Amino acid sequence: MRRRGLVLRKTIDISMKLLSILFVTVAVAVMLWILYTVCSKGIEAFSWSFFVEPTKPYGIPDGGIANALLGTVIITIGAVIIGVPPGLLGGIYLSEFARNSKLGNIIRFSANVMMGIPSIICGLFVYAMLVYSTKHFSGFAGSVALSVIMFPVILRTTEDMLCMVPDALRESALAIGMPRWRATFSIVCKAASSGLVTGVLLAIARVSGETAPLLFTALWSDDWPFTFFTQPTANLTVTINEYATNSPFNVMHTRAWGAALVITFIILILNISCRIIFKNKEHAS
Amino acid sequence: MVNENGEKIKISVQNLNFFYGNHQALFDNNLDILENRVTAVIGPSGCGKSTHLRAFNRIFELYPEQRAKGKIILDDENILDRSIDILELRRKVGMIFQKPTPFPMSVFDNVAYGLKLHFKLNKSQTAERVEKALRGASLWDEVKDKLKKSGMALSGGQQQRLCIARAIAAEPEVLLMDEPTSAIDPVGTLKVENLIEELKEKFTIVIVTHNMQQAARISEHTAFFYEGHIIEYDLTKKIFTSPSNQKTEDYVTGRFG
Repeated sequence: MRRRGLVLRKTIDISMKLLSILFVTVAVAVMLWILYTVCSKGIEAFSWSFFVEPTKPYGIPDGGIANALLGTVIITIGAVIIGVPPGLLGGIYLSEFARNSKLGNIIRFSANVMMGIPSIICGLFVYAMLVYSTKHFSGFAGSVALSVIMFPVILRTTEDMLCMVPDALRESALAIGMPRWRATFSIVCKAASSGLVTGVLLAIARVSGETAPLLFTALWSDDWPFTFFTQPTANLTVTINEYATNSPFNVMHTRAWGAALVITFIILILNISCRIIFKNKEHAS
Repeated sequence: MVNENGEKIKISVQNLNFFYGNHQALFDNNLDILENRVTAVIGPSGCGKSTHLRAFNRIFELYPEQRAKGKIILDDENILDRSIDILELRRKVGMIFQKPTPFPMSVFDNVAYGLKLHFKLNKSQTAERVEKALRGASLWDEVKDKLKKSGMALSGGQQQRLCIARAIAAEPEVLLMDEPTSAIDPVGTLKVENLIEELKEKFTIVIVTHNMQQAARISEHTAFFYEGHIIEYDLTKKIFTSPSNQKTEDYVTGRFG
């Protein structure tokens, strides 16, 4: 009786373990497959001109993605400048000054809702606010749309990271006669600094692959992105979308794969640097 | 202020009531703490010892739902008065916590940071004062070669003495210690206790402790707290040998708590 129970338990134990391993393998295999496809097809597009020449209009055979690469960088930097400060300061407010307050709970709830909003809606919102009203697409509008997506993510990670700092550290900073603002910025934020940097990098990684919000705002262009505030601005993701879906030319499909490989690498590097920063900090403390 | 024996009273607590939201934690506490003595506060968990101590530097104000009513007179000034300078109060009344809480910076900066808040000093003066504070906390010999290392890299006992150095660098008059040895090992505890013995020449020390032997070893006066009331306050010797209250006797002989 007892022995049969044991056999049954062991069988269930082993089969659950095998099942978990199987599904993990499937998930990892899919990821590797995606990476393999993007790499093998994208690498064909790589050449010197691919990285230094701008995109060319339809029908003109050569050209690269340099303007789109630069445009993505500029639009993302713009989003960081607009979205990161309010995200960090808001997170500080939630964690340090509004733990159990009504206003804090309302903001927290709104941020959670905001995180669930599809990115295309953020694009439409900024389209209505900045594009429709000014009558022109612009890279700046793209930055605003991406910052709207970044803001709640940074807000919540900042709050979570600061909440992990023990209250005893806040108390001991105040107990030596430090003003509250100084204790917050020089002690609490410093103690959580690697977590805060990680949160920001992850938010950047998340938005730099967004396409939908840019379709409505930055659009795309064959020019260099120097008219960021007033004209449609080239960027990688919308270029990929355009080349892959609207173009009949094989060479453009290959270039889209190349651009996909570039953006995949950028995001991969961002994610890996997050891990390294967080790990180093853990070893240090 | 002096008491009936002519000893100087540093802190006089008068009718202190304390609330966590609607829950009252202290009831009409009265306590006179004498200058340059070690006063121990003992009692079972949740009796209000720490709460009482945390009113002395108003650190409880970090939490909006906590309130104190009554008077705490420090050198003829009621520190619960809204108008007093809270930063200056906290310079005068330093605090050591249960768990060592070094700041996320170097050993040197841990001490220098507090100094720079309160005094205008040049580089060499700062270095001098940091060394003095670290010597005062009997930590200098152990850390003089690793002043630039992170304060978090020290051992638990060293971290706690670093916190003491940080507190005494601000030249306080009172040191509050909230179970300062409960999170460190016996060797570290011994060093901190010896340090308290030295520190009382310069500072008035109030220490909350769960360890009755520790209270007996290091303090001159002991207050016994029970459910938010101060049951008995007397010379430590008397509390531990012939307490006048039955509850105190039960507690110090280990019959409850």
